[in-house]
Amino acid sequence: MVSKKQERAMSKESILNAIRKVKPEKVELPEIPDFHRESSGTLADFIKTVEGVGSKVVLEKELKDINQAVQNLFPAATIIASPLEKVQSTIDLKKIQSPHELEKVDVAVLKAQLGVAENGALWLSEQDLGIRVLPFITQHLIILLDSTTLVNTMHEAYQKIRIDEAGFGLFIAGPSKTADIEQSLVIGAQGARSLTIFIKPSESN
Amino acid sequence: MSQHAQKAAEFITNQERMKWHDESLWFVRTKRDKATHGIPEWEQLRELGSQIKNHTLSNLDQYLEEFEKNALQNGVQVHWAANAAEHNRIVHEILARQEVQRIVKSKSMLTEECGLNEFLTEKGIEVVDTDLGERIIQLREEPPSHIVMPAIHLKKEEIGELFHQKLNTEKGASDPKYLTESARQHLREKFLSAQAALTGVNFAIAETGGVVVCTNEGNADMGVHLCPVQIHSMGIEKVLPKAEHLGVFTRLLARSATGQPITIFTSHYHRPKPEGEMHIIIVDNGRTAQLGREDFRNSLKCIRCGACMNTCPIYRRSGGHSYGYTVPGPIGSILTPGIDLKKYSDLPFASTLCGSCSDVCPVKINIHEQLYRWRQIISEEGHLPSSKKQGMRIAARVLSKSTTYKFGGKMARWALRAFPRFFIYNRLNVWGKNRELPEAPKQSFQEWYQKNRKEP
Repeated sequence: MVSKKQERAMSKESILNAIRKVKPEKVELPEIPDFHRESSGTLADFIKTVEGVGSKVVLEKELKDINQAVQNLFPAATIIASPLEKVQSTIDLKKIQSPHELEKVDVAVLKAQLGVAENGALWLSEQDLGIRVLPFITQHLIILLDSTTLVNTMHEAYQKIRIDEAGFGLFIAGPSKTADIEQSLVIGAQGARSLTIFIKPSESN
Repeated sequence: MSQHAQKAAEFITNQERMKWHDESLWFVRTKRDKATHGIPEWEQLRELGSQIKNHTLSNLDQYLEEFEKNALQNGVQVHWAANAAEHNRIVHEILARQEVQRIVKSKSMLTEECGLNEFLTEKGIEVVDTDLGERIIQLREEPPSHIVMPAIHLKKEEIGELFHQKLNTEKGASDPKYLTESARQHLREKFLSAQAALTGVNFAIAETGGVVVCTNEGNADMGVHLCPVQIHSMGIEKVLPKAEHLGVFTRLLARSATGQPITIFTSHYHRPKPEGEMHIIIVDNGRTAQLGREDFRNSLKCIRCGACMNTCPIYRRSGGHSYGYTVPGPIGSILTPGIDLKKYSDLPFASTLCGSCSDVCPVKINIHEQLYRWRQIISEEGHLPSSKKQGMRIAARVLSKSTTYKFGGKMARWALRAFPRFFIYNRLNVWGKNRELPEAPKQSFQEWYQKNRKEP
């Protein structure tokens, strides 16, 4: 009798052999050209894009104290979670045993590695999240962005990041949303209900 | 009447609703146009997308092997399924080993194609679709009518009534915001109590051995990161060579699909979470056969954006359910004849061959040309309905000789003017349903030309 493991190996070989038998003649892999444009990639572009998809932007000059800013934005929040040292978290993410413990988080504060001007996407990987589910399960999300990390396009973004540097990484481009009922846009589907981006000119300043 | 024509006829009995459906989808098409016009290199991106996919298909075996090797190194368990039954069996084995009672799913057309929900439900496992549109149609016990907007065929009042019955919302409430909030609460409970999560795959990267999933709701990630077991099901055609290629496809996908600059979440999964399990199932289910069909293989480039549906004058006026397959619209109509030529022989005819689908396709699939090619094959294989066969036979006879053509033209022009209306617009004239024939000119173009342009 053929074991299940052997059967699996057979499926793999049969699929690969079928491909080898019928695959088209070799086509060269195209080079991706440099689409850099002088006129784009500015902070103004980025802000316009993210506000267009329903995110809020708070600029550095309005942001004296980060904890005060969080408090001002979400005065009713009782559980605040962040892997960042400068943020006063109400829970210690290092002590979390199961992602379910984050069920009641009101606000999560994270820091992005970079931002993309063309579409407002922010890259964060596992070490920036503390726990993978945090940016989704939280009711509200705040992401800090150092504006010197802005790039023009997704091409540049993928050159700068390593998608497998951690077990999980993602681009976030706004609050969770849906238009599944009659194409009516509703912000706050299954993930965070709001995204606020705190933009700083540079970490060293 | 063919199955598609029959279901389309039912759909259009409610003219107001048809108009609403048509306009909803056209609205999405115009959003797509606006988003693409902001990108000066858009056409270059489409060409790149097309060529990267062509290259990948021409080396598909190597890239799949590279992908598997790297995924295994990442600690992912990789499975291969030759067909739907094997895919479903693998999923069930993974769940059974962990004694999973409830699984949360994010949108996956592949699992629709495989009939996974029915299979698992029969085995006593509760399957919860978590994309709002998918959850709506799951509660209604019907298939999706669109690959990106599964419940696009429903009115908010119908969803309100459904939620009232199933989720205990207020009777008569139909505000999308209220209904979405109710679904959020309902689904959160499911996310927190499920033991396994399954997602589809938008892209798999050979170089890094990871998969990428794009959503707007965040439902894929709620499931994947809360459940100890995560499963990603992918067709063999989802693989891309390198991470840099994601730059091209993430720029194309959301703009083509909904006119957004990018989906809200673009998640890259490479390794299982601490103490978690991560599985990837690589599925053939007819794809290698399609790869072997020279005229049709490039349908495998499809990134499932749905732009061809939103623009199609037939889809917009007949609804996704009229196609009778998981992937409806123009792309579905070139995929299905390869699955069952006889069963789906009417779908390549559900088109005006206007070519709008090919124009908007982000990876430049020649959809309308393939529709035409399938028609030829369907005709050669003898699957044409007799009405079409008769019509073709008469047309061939009339069009093959200039004398019969001229005579036929003259007769038709005379008849259109001379015959009473009921004689022309009747059951036999299917073209004249909802449509007016053009006013017949007194003379043919040839006659006009001879009279006016004769050499002096």
